[in-house]
Amino acid sequence: MSWLRDIRACVPLFKKEVLRFWKVSFQTVAAPVLTAVLYLLIFGHVLQDHVQVFKDVGYTRFLIPGLVMMSLLQNAFANSSSSLIQSKITGNLVFVLLTPLSHRAWFLAYVGASLVRGLAVGGGVMAVTIWFAPPGLAEPWWILIFAVLGGVLLGALGLIAGLWADKFDQMAAFQNFIIVPMTFLSGVFYSVHSLPAFWQGLSHLNPFFYLIDGFRRGFFGVSDVSPWLSLGVVSTAALGVAAIALHLLRTGYKIRS
Amino acid sequence: MSAVSFRHVTKSFQSAGRTVQALQGVSFDIAEGEFFGLLGPNGAGKTTLISILAGLSRASSGQVAVQGHDVVSDYAAARRALGVVPQELVFDPFFSVRETLRIQSAYFGLGRKDDWIDELLSHLGLSDKADANMRQLSGGMKRRVLVAQALVHRPPVIVLDEPTAGVDVELRQTLWQFIARLNKQGHAVLLTTHYLEEAEALCHRIGMLKQGQLVALDKTSALLAGTASTMLRFKTDDALPTALASRARITGRIVQVAAQDAADVEATLTLLRVAGTRIEDLELGRADLEDVFINIMQGRSARADHAATEVSA
Repeated sequence: MSWLRDIRACVPLFKKEVLRFWKVSFQTVAAPVLTAVLYLLIFGHVLQDHVQVFKDVGYTRFLIPGLVMMSLLQNAFANSSSSLIQSKITGNLVFVLLTPLSHRAWFLAYVGASLVRGLAVGGGVMAVTIWFAPPGLAEPWWILIFAVLGGVLLGALGLIAGLWADKFDQMAAFQNFIIVPMTFLSGVFYSVHSLPAFWQGLSHLNPFFYLIDGFRRGFFGVSDVSPWLSLGVVSTAALGVAAIALHLLRTGYKIRS
Repeated sequence: MSAVSFRHVTKSFQSAGRTVQALQGVSFDIAEGEFFGLLGPNGAGKTTLISILAGLSRASSGQVAVQGHDVVSDYAAARRALGVVPQELVFDPFFSVRETLRIQSAYFGLGRKDDWIDELLSHLGLSDKADANMRQLSGGMKRRVLVAQALVHRPPVIVLDEPTAGVDVELRQTLWQFIARLNKQGHAVLLTTHYLEEAEALCHRIGMLKQGQLVALDKTSALLAGTASTMLRFKTDDALPTALASRARITGRIVQVAAQDAADVEATLTLLRVAGTRIEDLELGRADLEDVFINIMQGRSARADHAATEVSA
């Protein structure tokens, strides 16, 4: 019952968070779509005739789902983290702190808005890149499941980073030294099977690998590992990160002294 | 039932490796419909106490309630009953004034209350700025929006943390007329301010904090009556006799000395005449809240200094 009440209560904060990124959509949606298209043009052009990962799947086709998921993940993270750190530093977080919203409503609003931005950017990347090489739609339910789980996982991770960071420098470090390497080294641009055994083993410890592999499964019907394994790993990671984020919000970590 | 109740509230925190006692067992109530002033020098604990009331900070021990709702265990009901104007001039740069107020209203589950929002905008002189982005507003205008945000859910208890710090006379008058009207309609008000004439004019009752302790709590009229009723004020360029300098309040050329009665006034003037001190613009006036405040703060401070000397000896 209380979760139902929280879902209703979170709507205004969710709408505000969506409106916040939508008001600067050139920066928050259009720019990451353009970046992804540039990746596709450059890597696709250079590697199209040199790399084949799955049978009958050209490199550009292979690359598109990875780019879509990478953009989705990075932007879902950016939404909650940048909103929180900006509100903390400018002091306007007080307007939300003074409200009767519960920690669960905060979580739903910030993660929900992150998911919306992630899906908007991911959808934008898909809409533009699909014209270069339609990737197919073999098992579409996996696309939806991993897109939503990816947005939730990174939205919750962004929430943790936004609560933890005291200044923009710390946030940039979190983004550039953790999130970006984890997304780049998760098989966006290659299949982990092409890596040496050590790096292959290391990639299997990265939850982002399972997100991208499972997501790609939806398009091609083939993947490096079973999509059920990916679902298990990603769900566990999302639940773990969500539990930490909820705990930090409940205890008022760095926002209520 | 009290509008606000503080019971044995303490707050300590670590700063630079040592424990700071920001509040040391503060207890008092604010009645429904009361206009209450919380005064004290910088660092006395006023904002810490308000932060605990608003849920921005947590007490180390003690209980705080708003209309009977505990601010920790029943925080949602407590916050619905509370409207807080924060001390810092903060705003969300993404939104216009009207959007800001609609968003704040929605947080409290009220949806679009445009009639009340329009009324707030009108009373606070913001009607022509309703669609302006927050970034485009002057400091005074932003302060007005902060007040409107605090009132957007019609809270029965209003907390104003130094709302007139650095704002012009026009806004002060607009603000006080509006707040006084809300108070007449039954809203309880908790005000902290450094402008003591405002507190004297508005507040039914006053509490004074010093170093985290409540050192005075009484009706404003009783506090004023309890101190020396007469103040001798004059200007001078000369040094004051030692006996007088120790009990005088000196602001530039202006000197104020408390006097209990006519004989005390006469004795003071005799001291000045004997010392050959040349004075001008001599006047006798009633003691105001500032005199009461200084008396209480200095009285406590002298005792605290004495205690510290005893400990160090």
